[in-house]
This record gives sequence, structure tokens and C-alpha cells, in this order.
Amino acid sequence: MGINKNVKLGLSALAVSISLSISLNSVAAEDPIKVGILHSLSGTMAISESTLKDTMLMLIEKQNAAGGVLGRQLEPVVVDPASNWPLFAEKARELLAKEKVDVIFGNWTSVSRKSVLPVIEELNGLLFYPVQYEGEESSENVFYTGAAPNQQAIPAVDYLMNDIGVERWVLAGTDYVYPRTTNKILETYLKDKGVAAEDIMINYTPFGHSNWQTIVSDIKAFGSAGKKTAVVSTINGDANVPFYRELGNQGIDAADIPVVAFSVGEQELSGIDTAPLVGHLAAWNYFMSVDSDANYDFIDAWTEYTDNEDAVTNDPMEAHYIGFNMYVEAVKKAGTTDVDAVKDAIIGVAVPNLTGGYATMMPNHHITKPVLIGEIQDNGQFSVVWETASTVAGDAWSDFLPGSKDLISDWRKPMFCGNFNVVTGTCGGQAKAAE
Amino acid sequence: MGISRLLNHLLLTFLLLCPGISLAQVEDSQAQQMLTALGESSFAEKIKAVNQIAGSGDERARGWLEAFASNKLAYIESTGQFVIVLKNRGRNWTVENALTGENLGEISRRDIDTLRVNNALRNELASILSVIDLKSPDEDNRLSAARALKGSVDGTLAERLPELIEAEESKPVQAALTEALAIYKVKEQGDIAAVAMLSGSLNSEARAALQQAMRSDDTALVAAATRAMASIEQKLKLNSAVETLYFGLSLGSVLVLAAIGLAITFGVMGVINMAHGELIMLGAYTTWGMQQLLPGQPGLALILSIPAGFLVSALAGIAIERSVIQHLKGRPLETLLATFGVSLILQQLVRTLISPLNRTVITPDWMSGSLMINEALSLTLNRLYVIGFALVVFAGLMLIMRKTRLGLEVRAVTQNRAMARSMGIKATRVDILTFALGSGVAGLAGVALSQITNVGPNLGQSYIIDSFMVVVFGGVGNLWGTLLAGMALGTLNQLLEPWAGAVLAKIMVLVFIILFIQKRPRGLFPQKGRAAEG
Repeated sequence: MGINKNVKLGLSALAVSISLSISLNSVAAEDPIKVGILHSLSGTMAISESTLKDTMLMLIEKQNAAGGVLGRQLEPVVVDPASNWPLFAEKARELLAKEKVDVIFGNWTSVSRKSVLPVIEELNGLLFYPVQYEGEESSENVFYTGAAPNQQAIPAVDYLMNDIGVERWVLAGTDYVYPRTTNKILETYLKDKGVAAEDIMINYTPFGHSNWQTIVSDIKAFGSAGKKTAVVSTINGDANVPFYRELGNQGIDAADIPVVAFSVGEQELSGIDTAPLVGHLAAWNYFMSVDSDANYDFIDAWTEYTDNEDAVTNDPMEAHYIGFNMYVEAVKKAGTTDVDAVKDAIIGVAVPNLTGGYATMMPNHHITKPVLIGEIQDNGQFSVVWETASTVAGDAWSDFLPGSKDLISDWRKPMFCGNFNVVTGTCGGQAKAAE
Repeated sequence: MGISRLLNHLLLTFLLLCPGISLAQVEDSQAQQMLTALGESSFAEKIKAVNQIAGSGDERARGWLEAFASNKLAYIESTGQFVIVLKNRGRNWTVENALTGENLGEISRRDIDTLRVNNALRNELASILSVIDLKSPDEDNRLSAARALKGSVDGTLAERLPELIEAEESKPVQAALTEALAIYKVKEQGDIAAVAMLSGSLNSEARAALQQAMRSDDTALVAAATRAMASIEQKLKLNSAVETLYFGLSLGSVLVLAAIGLAITFGVMGVINMAHGELIMLGAYTTWGMQQLLPGQPGLALILSIPAGFLVSALAGIAIERSVIQHLKGRPLETLLATFGVSLILQQLVRTLISPLNRTVITPDWMSGSLMINEALSLTLNRLYVIGFALVVFAGLMLIMRKTRLGLEVRAVTQNRAMARSMGIKATRVDILTFALGSGVAGLAGVALSQITNVGPNLGQSYIIDSFMVVVFGGVGNLWGTLLAGMALGTLNQLLEPWAGAVLAKIMVLVFIILFIQKRPRGLFPQKGRAAEG
């Protein structure tokens, strides 16, 4: 009997330990939601991307203070792809395969996005991409919270043409994929609108170009032909500061030849004395100077988080704000962080943006945004001079490029295709066959 | 626009006819009402309001319009009070009452709504203000006002202009007004006599007016305009040639500045220092640091940065030499890799300690803007200073190398190290000093570059390749070679750029250097004699 008793004891101990381990397991099921942050903290792009990392950390901190999502806390996983495009793919793989993150927020340049794209698709991850880009892409696993060309470039050109009366155009850009594609779209668009070929001047410069003398003087000569001239600038990053400096020094006034930029925001301007630039334009979907309570609250939170009274906010930060809140809402709606469930749930989710309206996730994984045109002021801020009457939905495939004007993207079933050709009625291969 | 034009005419007449009018203040309620009208959402309405204010004769009108043009006129949402913003940075702005001028202290930005202004409106404001300025007692004000009138003269003003020209004492102002009037006459009336007056004018508005005249039906007018245009184009060609040369020299001087430190460390000592660019960056950051230490005095800070930048980079250079380079003597490949590592470390150090973001270095007033030679040719001042600075640095270095004991010792050690040592020269000490000198000069380049490009962690990277290019092209070990090579490459680049584009021009320059080095491996000015073989 003694043995029996011992067996009983042993069994009950086993039962207790099993029930304990079960309850431990259910605790383990409540482990945090892992949020991967894939932004360069070193190298050339650190200038732009490190701010976005801090923005994400702030948003996560706030969400955790408010109780997290589904009762689970969020845990940021920060990696540094060091402005090195192949390293982006490796770090994305590390985040998805090793860290098992539920979602990734990251990338700035298009080339880095193209580099992580196959990894994200292969491992079925989620990526929120916060920067304005050239379009011509739609992936099942990527959510584009920055502007597509029809949400930035086209409205800006419309404004110049209709409100300012511009007839001669300089398309100046840095020599890589975003400016080249955008300028191709704009050139077709302008020619459709009846602008003659000799009234369009296209100019490309290398990354980090600093000697703008000849180009600025060419622009000046091009603009003195008696027709109203404007510069549409897709000049990227660092090269802008010497460009604007040269404009100021050569006395090109915004009243004579306005420059409208798609890559110059508050952060870029914080590196220059903006007094000679007053009146030059930028087109974005958000400006720090926007007069809305949501924006003021965001700025206050940001200045407190960075402990810097002069900290500026910009458009890609707003894109992350929107993207993060959309993700949170989608997880709540789906009741799980399962990638496929979130992907389905997020389409149609609407969250407040910082300009006093709402952003909705469209079936093509782009979002609705208002388009704002602002003029540079002497305090490094923009004053909004024009905005679209309502929000504009992002268009993945441009209507102005011959190869893509027949394509649409819709990630809802049954279509479930990123590049559906409406003429031939077929899905062009990029999408997986609908299960 | 019809109404606003009309109002504008009335206003101009008013302003011009009543020169000695005594300015008064309107009632507060009327002022409030006029300013409220500026807040209209449509810009056409705003133009009307602007004209009303300008025409009110109120002594505060100019201040309001100026504040409005610079986005500084605002109202407080809670009280509806109009204010002029004095400080518009940060979360709280300093404002004063627009009507009484009383300082209201700091107010949260959430409470302040600025009245919006756009380019078209600013243009309109500028022409209104310039008409007011034509009456200014200050000659410079009158001159800039008269220049601003070119191309924007209208019928009412044109009638008044002959009288104003008559009354004007200053010759340049008179000339500018006469030209403004002639442009108007050619454009609106097709006046042949006025066409002759525009002959040789370099103003772009004058050219636009002539081009318009060339399209007219009147053959005599077309012939006169064509003749005038031909003379203008002749002049423009000359000007653009001078301009290209200036651009070339200025790019060249930047290249020389960046490369000349390397000409010493690489050229004279034979050390391949990939961290040279970061030494330039340190000089630029020193300028930024100086400006932080001396707020409000960017000019003084910049001048003090010249010795400070030299010292900081020289000390950094000594540290690099002592810690890395001296242990790798005679192993160029290892030196290259090690200094490349040092350059990455320095970059990341700046990113971590200061910020990955670019820093604002203020350009002092005396360095911004341009020196106007004529209306088609103006030389940008910051570039002009950089050209001068590059030449001074070059001359200084030449003096040190040729006239001082250190220079003598450096040359001795490079030519024959063993022999120099046996003559009692401390070769190690010379190594340190030479490297410090080269690094210090890189720091000087940084101080100058802070005025024309970004001050950020990547500053150095963009110049390292160019620097090596210049030194190799000029002939290793020859300072004159570096000077000539820099200037030649700069000019070549600027000559190619207009028709090849910036990207292709750069490639073409590189291809040219590759071909040149094939023919003359030792560069423009090769070192001669036995020293060159070792």
C-alpha cells in the first residue's frame, strides 16, 4: 500500500505540475506583441531615419501606458541596417525569423524597400512603409502609409499650373529610381496637358551634390524666357541645403521662380537659414504648422519625449503615427496578431490623421491623405497656401505611365491581386494564386 | 483682378500725389475691421484688404503690411486681438499688440492664428511697398525700389514716372527708373525710341519686353528690337563665359582646399589617410561649436573657428598618427584599411555624441548674397570668400614648406629618411608635425566648407575621393600641382556640366583622369630625381 500511496502522491504532484505548467503556458500566451523597427541609425540615411525610430518608440510607449493591445504589451525590437541596402534584407530576415516580430515599421529609400520586399513576402511578414515614393508597386505584405505620386506630385503640378499660371517647367532630381519615375510620370502628365517639349527641362544630379552653381544659373536662364517658370524638385536629402543656398545667393526669388519640393520637410529645413527661401513651396500630406488639436498634442508629446523644445515633426512621422494606429485597430478588430488575419482586418480601417481628418486603408494597401501645399517661412516652418478639398486615395499604379495605366491592385478576396490588368482581365503574376 | 488693379491705381495716385501728407492713425474699430479683412479665405479678397490698408494713410500701415508679408501678422483665437509675432519658434511665441505696439509676452502657439499670405500676394505687397519706398530718403532703398519696378510699371505710374525721374538726384536710381519706364513703353506701346534705350540692357524683364516687340507686326519695331537683342546677346555671351570661369574657379578652390591637406599627408609623407574627409568634417563641426558658444555673433565665431578648426583637426590628426599610422609604416594597404576604419569610427562618434542630423551653421551677413557686377552677372559672396581663403591657405603652406625650418626638415625626411636622421633630424617628431599640419589644413577646409555645404556626419565622405583625385592628377608631393589640378578639374567640370549634365560631367572628368594617368602616371608635375624613385 505504501507504494500505491507513493504513486498516488506522485501522480497528484504530476497533475499539479502539469496544471501549473498549463497556467504558465497561458501566461506565456500573453507575452508581448513584438514590433520590429527597421530604420538606419548609422550611415547616410541616419539623418532621416533615426527620427522615425524615436517616433515609433514614443508611439509604443504611449500605447503601453494606455494598456497595450488586447491586454498585451508591445515590445519594440530595434535593429540598425546602417544605410546599407543588402543589410536591410538581412535585418528584416533576422526580425522575422529570429526575433519572430509580429509587424515591422521601417525603410526610407525605395531601394531599401525593394531589398526587403522578397524577404517580407517569403516569410509572410507585415511592413509599414512611411515615406512618399514613386508608386508602381503593391505587395500583399506591405502597407504604404506615405504618399503615392497622385497624392503629392500631380496635385502640386496642378496647383502650379492652375493657381500660379506656370508654363515652363524644370524637373530637377537626384539620380535614382524615385525622381526618375516621378519625373517620367510628370513629363507625360505635363505633355498631356499641352506643355511643349521645349518648355520642360529635366536635370539629374548625383547623391549629395554640393556644387549647384551651373545648374542654378541654367535654371535662371531657362526662367528668363518671359514665361512663368517653376522648378519641381525631387532632389533628395543632403543635396537640398547647398541647392537652396545657391538659389538664395544667386538671388532667385520665390516670386520669380518658385521651387516646389517633394523631399524637403521641416527636418531638412532645420539645417539651414530659411530667410532667403521664404515663399518656396513643398507638397506634403502633413505640415508641423497645421492648426489642429491632434497635431498640437502630437508635437507636445514629441517635444517632451525628445526633451528638446526645438524638435520638429514631419510628414513621414505622421505616416508612422497613422500606420501604427491602423495596426493597433486592425489587431483589435482581428482579435489576434496573426499576419493573415491582420492583413484582412486592416482594409477599411480608418484612424484620425494629424491634420484634423481621417485616413482609411484602401484595398490596394495605400491610404487616403489630404494634399497640402505649403510655403516656406523664415522660422523653418511651412504655411499652408492650398489644400485638396477632400482626401485623395493613393494610387499604386500611375495612370500616366503606358505600362501601368491598366493595372489596379485589390487585396480583398476574390480578386486578391496586386497588379490586375483590367484590359486583359488577368493578374500579372506578382500575386500568389488565390487560395 | 480688375478691381484690385483699379484700386492699385487709385492707391498709387494717392501715394504719389500727396508727398507731404501727414500720416495719422485710424480709429481702432476701423483698424480692427481692416485687419479682419486680411483674414479672408480667398486671396483676391485679401488683395482688396491690402489696398484698403495701404490707402488708409495710417502710420502703422507699413508695419502691418510688412508683418503680413512675412507671415508675422496674426490674431489670438480666444480674444480676436490682432498681434504682430516677434518670435515664432518653439511652442510659445512672443507677440505684441498690432494696434498699440504693447508687448504681450509669450503666448501658446495653439492660441495664435497667423493670417496666410502667398507668393502672388507677396508680389503685390512688394510692389506697393516699393512705390512707398520711392519716397524714402535713403538712396539704397530708392534704388532697390526702382529696380523692383522694372517690369511691374503700370499706366498710372508710367504717367508719374517722368516727373519722378526729373526730381531724382541719384544717377543710378534715375537710370533704373528710366529703364523701368522704357520697358513699360516697349511692352505696352511698342515705342521704337524706347527700344533703343533698352539696347545693351542685361535685365531679364527688358529682354522679355524686346522679345515681345520682335513678335509684333510693325517691321520697323521688329528690326529695332532684333538689333537691340543682338547687342544684348553679345554681352550675355561674354557674361556667361566669365560666369562659367568663376564657377570653375570656385569649384576648383573647394577641391584645392579639400585636397591640399592630403597633398601633405599623402603627397609628402606617403600616408594614404582615408580619414582625411573626417578631419575636414571636424573642422566644420568646430565652426558649428564656435557659433553655439558665441550666439548672435556668427561672423566673429567664423573667424575664431579658423584657428580653432586648425587646432582641433591637428590634434585629431596627431592622435590618429600616434595610435594607428606610426605602427603601419611602409604598409600602405594596411594603412588604407585602418584609416578607413578610423573614418567610420569618427563618423559614428559624431552621430552618437552630437546628432545624426545636419547642424545649422549660420552664414554671416557679409558672406551671404552676391556681388552684383551687372544685372546678368553676379558673383556669390560665399564662393568669393572661399576662393580667397583657398589662395591664402595655399600661400601659407608654401611659405611653411619653403621658408621655415620645419618645411626644410619635412622635405629632408621625405627625400631620404635615413640620411636626414643621421644629420640629427628627429624623424618621428617631423612625422608628427607634418601629419598635424596636413590634418590642420583639412580642418581649415572644413571651416570653409561649412559655409557652402551641409555640416553633417557625411560631410567628409563626399570629398575624400575628389581629394585623392586632385592630388594624384596634380602629381604626388607637389603643392603647385595640387593647386593647378584642383582649379583645372573644377573648371573642366563646370565647362562640361551645362551640356553633359552633372552626373555625366563627373564621369567624364574621371575618365579623363584615368586616361591622363595612363599617359603620365606621375601626374601633371612629377617629382624628379632620386627621391622620386624611392
